[in-house]
Amino acid sequence: MVKLIQLWTFMLATLFTVPVHAELVVEVTQGVESPTRIAIVPFANESALALSEDVAQVVEQDLGRSGFFEPMSRDNMLGFPSRQQDVFFRDWRISRMDYVVIGRVQATGSGELSVTYELFDVLRETSLLTENVSVTPEGLRDAAHFISDRIFEELTGLKGAFSTQIVYVTAEQMGADRQRFRLMLADWDGARAQTILESPQPILSPAWSMDGSKLAYVSFETGKPSIYVQHLATGQRERIQSFPGLNGAPAWSPDGQRLALVLSRDGNPEIYLLNLQTRELQRVTRHYGIDTEPSWSPDGQSLIFTSDRGGQPQIYRLNLATRNLERLTFEGNYNARGRLTQDGRFLTMVHRSQGGGNGFDIAVQDLKTDRVDILTRSGLAESPSIAPNGSVVIYATQEGTRGVLAAVSLDGRVQFRMPASTGDVREPAWSPYLR
Amino acid sequence: MRVANFTKAVAITSAMIWAAGCSTTSTTTDGGSAGSANGGQSGSGASSYGASSGGVSAGQVVTREDLNQLQTVFYFDFDKAVVRQQGFADLEAHARYLAQNPGAAVRLEGHADERGTREYNMALGERRAKAVERLLMVNGAASGQVESVSFGEEKPAMIGHDAASWAKNRRVELKYLSK
Repeated sequence: MVKLIQLWTFMLATLFTVPVHAELVVEVTQGVESPTRIAIVPFANESALALSEDVAQVVEQDLGRSGFFEPMSRDNMLGFPSRQQDVFFRDWRISRMDYVVIGRVQATGSGELSVTYELFDVLRETSLLTENVSVTPEGLRDAAHFISDRIFEELTGLKGAFSTQIVYVTAEQMGADRQRFRLMLADWDGARAQTILESPQPILSPAWSMDGSKLAYVSFETGKPSIYVQHLATGQRERIQSFPGLNGAPAWSPDGQRLALVLSRDGNPEIYLLNLQTRELQRVTRHYGIDTEPSWSPDGQSLIFTSDRGGQPQIYRLNLATRNLERLTFEGNYNARGRLTQDGRFLTMVHRSQGGGNGFDIAVQDLKTDRVDILTRSGLAESPSIAPNGSVVIYATQEGTRGVLAAVSLDGRVQFRMPASTGDVREPAWSPYLR
Repeated sequence: MRVANFTKAVAITSAMIWAAGCSTTSTTTDGGSAGSANGGQSGSGASSYGASSGGVSAGQVVTREDLNQLQTVFYFDFDKAVVRQQGFADLEAHARYLAQNPGAAVRLEGHADERGTREYNMALGERRAKAVERLLMVNGAASGQVESVSFGEEKPAMIGHDAASWAKNRRVELKYLSK
């Protein structure tokens, strides 16, 4: 946590001057059938400072936006207790709450803030969780996301992903022939959005390193595609691949040592592995068809990728050691940009069903049973990226004439949309866990 | 392996050109004789343009002014990278201009419509640009005169999300870097 806070403080200091554009807002469009009812009571401010964040409100938004919870409106609360002795369980039972969260913010003397929170089970009248989080005054939002993670895990059994971030690309039409592309970094909920790259030429395929410290992406800023690696903390970046032809679809190996990428320097798109230390390139596919969109299995032993070697784009898995190649998708006439969940069991992808006309949707395939479920009905969905807890996929889709981000849980029960204030939004990539 | 593939590709493309040549036999035989004479160029320029696709007859010298008459955007079917026959005559003329003007160079920008994934479309755009590139090369352009860049679905010509816009966006744009 402390490390994270230091990182954040540094980033805020260095990047705060960058104007914020296209901030996203998360809206749940479909939640679970009977969401858990929880009251997040406003935290008492005992610090004598004006706080930059309403911690309880951020927690309330996080839990509400997960689709699993239905937080109580503050207006309906009969009291705002901040200590256990002031919590009257009968009141909360009358309000039909399952759980209550209270908390307080205090100054520690060393310039930090101490956030104490407590989670109660209303029916059993017991305390489930009590904890104290120390942060700098600028880190209050991080503290709130941390508390959300803890409560979410305690009550659902699923690891929370509220402390994670997303990157995405925005495009704005600046006139007949001019566009402005931005690579954006934000909290998972769209807050604290920052521009980390701006260019009049296309930016695409941002990919997180597994430790969350770096991004690889494709930028056309020289007029041609090149692959760059950018350090998030410093903004420092390096062009690492710019062969003639395609330079695309970078994907970090789980150990961070290698990048899988696509080059067409040998005549047509093939997948290569670039050793980031030795800069040695190893070609791993050999076929005159299109081979692209590589992604690593979580164990780093194999790559999945899109190939049209069978006549249509389908997803294949290549074992890097044995060179064994296996086609994974058979349902539908277009399956592309596969991504595996961290346990390696589920494959998400862009899918078009047989006879499905023009519809491109996000589908998930259980690799154990090969059952395929179509998660969206959007028609123009692309770029699925899985949250590190493996429960939600964020993707890009079209709403009216605008590109927007949306998300859906892997079981299809919860759906969100994340409209932006301006421009076209696309290419979301969900960070790994950041601490 | 790579060479073999390329040879195959060239063979296929050549066959396509040959087929195209056959389908327009009347104009090409005329052009052929003019080509062997190779003298009387321009002047009667207007008459040498075929009424159909506005191309310049085969074998004739292609002038800088002629280029203005030639098609520079070539369209494709969904998930396909086969140059349509309508484009052959004009591409052949571009190729001939390049062959006659070694200092000239073109950039082929391949594009895809928005359907499907971005990186796959990037590859598709390149495949389309390469298809045009091969047609230019088998018709006399030198490799140093042609460069291909794919923009995938990133730079649509039409912003709409309908079949008409998609058809206009699946394209290769031929741009002269120097004439």
